[in-house]
Amino acid sequence: MHTSSFNKSETLHHLVHFLPTQAPLKDFIHHNTLHAFQSRKFEKALSDASRFYGYQTLLQIEEYQRMFLEGKVDEGILYRGLDSQEVDVWKAKLFRTDYDENVTAEIGQLRNVWKERFAIDLDSMVFPLLFRTVLSYLDQGIAVWQFPIDSQGFIASLKKLEVCNATSIFKTPRPRRLLLSDDLRLENLLTLLVGESSYFERYLFDQQFAHPGYAGMVAVIESNPGFLVDQRNLTLEDFILFELLLEIDVLDYSFGTIWSPLSMQSQHIEPKLHFDFEISEVFEVKIRWHQAFEWTYYDEVLNGISQNPQVTTPSSTFQALFCIDDRECSFRRNLELVNASAETYGTAGFFNTEFYFQPANSEQRMKVCPAPLTPKFLIKESVENHVKRNEFHLNKGVNGLVQGWFLTQTMGFLSAIRLVGALFFPKANAFGVSSSRHMYKDSFLSYEHEGNYASDGIQIGYTLEEMAIRLYGLLMSIGLTKDFAPIVYIVGHGSSSANNTHYAGYDCGACSGRPGSVNARVMAKIANRVEVRELLKEKGIFIPDDVVFIASLHDTSRDEMTFYDVDHLRDSPQALHLGNVKDFKQALALNASERSRRFVTVSNHGNLARTHEKVKLRSVSLFEPRPELNHATNALCIVGPRKLTRGLFLDRRAFLNSYDYRTDLDGTFLTGILNAIAPVCGGINLEYFFSRVDNNNLGAGTKLPHNVMGLIGVANGIDGDLRTGLPNQMVEVHDPIRLLAIVEHYPEVVLQTLQKNPKTLEWFANEWVHLVVLHPIEKVFYRLHGEHFFPYETSGLKVKGGNLEIKKIMNELEDLPVQIIQNLVV
Amino acid sequence: MTLLFITIVCWPILGFIASLFIPKNKENTLSNLAFVTLLIHLSAALIWIVFWLIQGGKPINIREFSIYKANHYDFFIDFYFDKITAVYWLLGSLITTIITRYSRYYLHREEGYKRFFNTLLFFYSGYSIIIFSGNFETLFIGWEILGISSFLLIAFYRDRYLPVKNAVKVFSIYRIGDVGLILVMWLSHHIWDENISFDKLYSAQLVHAHFKEMSSLGLVVSIMVYITAAAKSAQLPFSSWLPRAMEGPTPSSAIFYGSLSVHIGAFLLLRTFPFWENQFGFRVFLVLTGLASAAIGTMVSRVQSSIKSQVAYASMGQIGLIFVEIGLGLHVLALIHIAGNAFLRTYQLLISPSVVSYRIKEQLYALKLRSKTFEDRWPKKLENTLYLLSLKEWNLDSLMYHYMWNPIKKIGAKWFIFNFKYLFVIAGFTVFGGLVLLYFQKSLSPKFVHEFPIIFALLGAFMALKAFSERDSVRKSWTLIMLNHVTIAIAISFNEHFDAYHNLWYLSGIMVSWVIGIGVVNYLRKRENWISLTRFFGHSYEHPKAALLFLMACLGLAGFPITPTFIGEDLIFSHIHADQIGLAVIVSFSLIINGLATLRIYARVFLGPHIKNYHGVSKRSF
Repeated sequence: MHTSSFNKSETLHHLVHFLPTQAPLKDFIHHNTLHAFQSRKFEKALSDASRFYGYQTLLQIEEYQRMFLEGKVDEGILYRGLDSQEVDVWKAKLFRTDYDENVTAEIGQLRNVWKERFAIDLDSMVFPLLFRTVLSYLDQGIAVWQFPIDSQGFIASLKKLEVCNATSIFKTPRPRRLLLSDDLRLENLLTLLVGESSYFERYLFDQQFAHPGYAGMVAVIESNPGFLVDQRNLTLEDFILFELLLEIDVLDYSFGTIWSPLSMQSQHIEPKLHFDFEISEVFEVKIRWHQAFEWTYYDEVLNGISQNPQVTTPSSTFQALFCIDDRECSFRRNLELVNASAETYGTAGFFNTEFYFQPANSEQRMKVCPAPLTPKFLIKESVENHVKRNEFHLNKGVNGLVQGWFLTQTMGFLSAIRLVGALFFPKANAFGVSSSRHMYKDSFLSYEHEGNYASDGIQIGYTLEEMAIRLYGLLMSIGLTKDFAPIVYIVGHGSSSANNTHYAGYDCGACSGRPGSVNARVMAKIANRVEVRELLKEKGIFIPDDVVFIASLHDTSRDEMTFYDVDHLRDSPQALHLGNVKDFKQALALNASERSRRFVTVSNHGNLARTHEKVKLRSVSLFEPRPELNHATNALCIVGPRKLTRGLFLDRRAFLNSYDYRTDLDGTFLTGILNAIAPVCGGINLEYFFSRVDNNNLGAGTKLPHNVMGLIGVANGIDGDLRTGLPNQMVEVHDPIRLLAIVEHYPEVVLQTLQKNPKTLEWFANEWVHLVVLHPIEKVFYRLHGEHFFPYETSGLKVKGGNLEIKKIMNELEDLPVQIIQNLVV
Repeated sequence: MTLLFITIVCWPILGFIASLFIPKNKENTLSNLAFVTLLIHLSAALIWIVFWLIQGGKPINIREFSIYKANHYDFFIDFYFDKITAVYWLLGSLITTIITRYSRYYLHREEGYKRFFNTLLFFYSGYSIIIFSGNFETLFIGWEILGISSFLLIAFYRDRYLPVKNAVKVFSIYRIGDVGLILVMWLSHHIWDENISFDKLYSAQLVHAHFKEMSSLGLVVSIMVYITAAAKSAQLPFSSWLPRAMEGPTPSSAIFYGSLSVHIGAFLLLRTFPFWENQFGFRVFLVLTGLASAAIGTMVSRVQSSIKSQVAYASMGQIGLIFVEIGLGLHVLALIHIAGNAFLRTYQLLISPSVVSYRIKEQLYALKLRSKTFEDRWPKKLENTLYLLSLKEWNLDSLMYHYMWNPIKKIGAKWFIFNFKYLFVIAGFTVFGGLVLLYFQKSLSPKFVHEFPIIFALLGAFMALKAFSERDSVRKSWTLIMLNHVTIAIAISFNEHFDAYHNLWYLSGIMVSWVIGIGVVNYLRKRENWISLTRFFGHSYEHPKAALLFLMACLGLAGFPITPTFIGEDLIFSHIHADQIGLAVIVSFSLIINGLATLRIYARVFLGPHIKNYHGVSKRSF
């Protein structure tokens, strides 16, 4: 036996580290697509990943050159830090047009020997059955007649299926024998198939990366079985065992039982897989281009921030807390432009309330807080009248024989009418996704702990003390500790869409891909409790009695807002609220019109209300693959008081987290903010980045041919691998730019804060997210390089000023420059 | 009346031609053109059908013009209109109008927006030619257009592996159907001694009188009709292509495989009903295979864990029932069933992405996650066996490979002696020798001459096989296809007196296409360091114009109705005598193989993942 050099668990662990970690559709969570390389410096990681997988990790040189001509790359920044001699050398390189940008993947070379030397195309004979079988096993509710599942696991189920059967899974006897034998082990199969054990790891990498979608999904489900409502016992090892058996089957079928293992023919290939590569000259050129492209934009933003006059609002008619989500960036600006005395804040959209939510009449719960948190609380919804909407076209019976025979001839004609209706007069229907349907508007929420626990021991609701801690944390972290306005809105967000498999990616990332309505409502209820306010007073925050918190949900695709629990308001806040609603409505229409500039299919004639209606239609139209553009174009994350950016036109590109260093001199709350920003905003940003630079491999490709697989993923057609990343429709207008985090604080405090959490530090130090600190006293910028801050001098170019003309920008398709807004012109 | 019919049938073709001239970036113009073209056709259908019904709803036959006429032979265009046409017209124009509207937004900004609308209009042109056709010849033109537009829509994402592979796969099965149709035309030519129109077919006496004498021939024709219909309608044993065709954008899958294309087989059966009405044996066969397709389609559908394949197989099951209804003579029921099924499946496919949110929401309120199905009542072994068979699609896909394409490739590859230069020596000898023999055939013993057609046909078939199994040289394969046609022409020429004119019809398109093809390949060889048939090269990424030109050449070489070769093909068959079934089979086999070989060359050289990956080329498994 040659198994000595092969360590199974280590290899599998290593393999899992590199596989995509995308969760099933309903739990879509953004993450860094190249997380496996995160321990390296960004540029090195991109070069390594490109060589390793054979993917593109930056744009083509030609694209950068084009952007240079369009003025998107600044010449000064391109040659920054070079002396005149070096400039000439670089100039020659940067503008060469004949670089060979093709890459040869490290992965796949060993397994390619089957094709080269054995003249056999294993993939096309193994994949269809492999995918089909494992998908049927995992299926969450598409198939009518389901896979006979055995609780012992995947292999056990296969054994049962194979034993009690008149036919066989396999075409030949040997794999059947191997499956049923008690000695079914990875090493044995690999020895048979590959031979030399030194090749095992490389072989498994090649094999699993031939279908990263399924391999990744299996690995994700193995480590988080809870992602599946209907849980399965599936391990990556079992999956690989089955794939190896199928490979043996195909080989036996083609060559009989006597064939030499792969390693007999693979002497020309090194057994060891490389993970580290030298950066090539082409890639260096790309890096220089890319950095110049990024810093051209960053520089403009930093100029904008230092030139922004920072007007403060004297007394505010209302305050509103939004999610840090970049989609609220433009809405907040519009709201402030409509009402100059409105104050807005940004914070993670779960509003510091972490819990599981159990919808009315359901036995299941969903997590509604950032993915890394594990809540200890459950909040149940209850309602008097539960309505269930039904749609027969999506029911399974239609596809049956007898029922289908009857239904096609009757209801089939209804389909025609429905189709015509849906195409010419789109309206909401039973199968669309509506953010407002996440929770009933007037339902009862068990947010207060009354001594009850769920059957598994989880606490139902918060105690008063727990409520106070959450409210205190929320207010402190955003620096809202005094000067409360009469009404404080807490605005969660969600997104409605139709015919959208990736709907979960459109909702609030801080609520695990669900609308933030429940969290907003729970927080508003907490903040309105007199007892909680009493407890807060002890901690130094005084909320006057007449201050009212109102929860709301902003539907980002429709630009609509729902306000919760406002029917029982007393008279004076009611009147104030109704006045505010008008401002909200106007800001929503402005925001919708502004967003419409990217939707070529919305023809606008300058009428805001009409444009808004058209934008709303997109969220219910079956044929609309872009209900909204989601996080596309995101590039910034600003942690500081709103006055830094108020009045600054940042398009829709910034995550805005309110923060006041004065209430947090030692950086306690900053730690929490940065710990969340790096994986959440950085994850979003990098997923967009990589989905954009190689949409075919790191993204999901165009969504138009997508087919729903087992309710857990999508694939092209029926035999394709599961697709990870974002579809082209979500990223096509996105420029791949890393997130620039800008924090207002003392550099030394920020550094200390970062060093407290090595994981967060890794994001910034390796520059997967750029970090610039604005010194609150010196008013200069410091840029983080490795683990040190260096002063950063901006180019000082004057940013555009003047009025913001909504009607004019409605016709702009491209990214707009940073601008200091004087007035809004409608 | 004649003019009116021509206008109606040609209307979509005009739209298609107009769409070719619209620039790529004019999305609105393109989609508006398609939409208006279809909407007018739909309105015309509504008005026409109302008037037609008022006037009694009697079938109308209009003989148009002859394209080619020789002493015994007349290739003419003929239109026919009856209730079957009416239903298909309404159905087709309505669904296509809907799909055009849907795609207008859905495909916004998609690479290939123009290509999509071109192909859609092309498809609809073919569809309307089929449903209005009044004889097999006219129908065949539409049939070919449908086949090629299917190929183009399945391979719409031409830079990925699976769409291209599956497009070739589907085309190969369609090709079997095409040849079935050619044989039907050939046999019916001999049965009636003319190119029969459907109108005549409907006059019962004529049919009855003929079949009394040659019932076995009638049965052969009917089986050919079944093969043609089954290939198009994904019935047994050709079913496995249906889900694999779902590679294009969702609306194109909906229109082709959900609704229109897949019901065209049923149309053919309805159209040819009088032909086999009195063949009891065939009707039993039709009902039984229909039931089998219904049962297997339903079972396979029930185990599918992907939404599109589930709908596809469910549709196949219903079409099985439609075949049963047609076999039983319940035509009105069948027509209602066809329309209902088409609408339903279109809608189901269009809203298929919604299944995720809908079912997940449903699950939220479900009491039990897994419900019992009726299969659970069966003995475990039976259930497991049927489950596994259904999961493997009753091996229909692999059987196709195992018993059809692999043996053909193997035979082709086996004769390695004839590889390299010898091949062309042999081919050259065949052609040259054939011509010499032809010239001197009067001085040869008739006994010998009698055997020549079959010998040359076999040699031709051998060349087609070689072309199909060639793994390396593009030009070799391309030239062999051309030589195959020449050899077939020689073979048939021995059959009757040498008719140079017929051969000219047949070979003109082929020679021109061959020259163009060689030109394109040479152009490409100068610019790319490697082209061959070993893998997909995806050169359309950098050479889209060359790809288009080569596609045209392929269509010409494959006898597609853009060159006179198309009529020539039919002509050639008219020279095959009724008692030369062997010859007919060999020639039609050649046609299947060389059609496939032609499209395979196109796919390998121009489609699939690009060999250069500087721009992010899709993984093969995606």
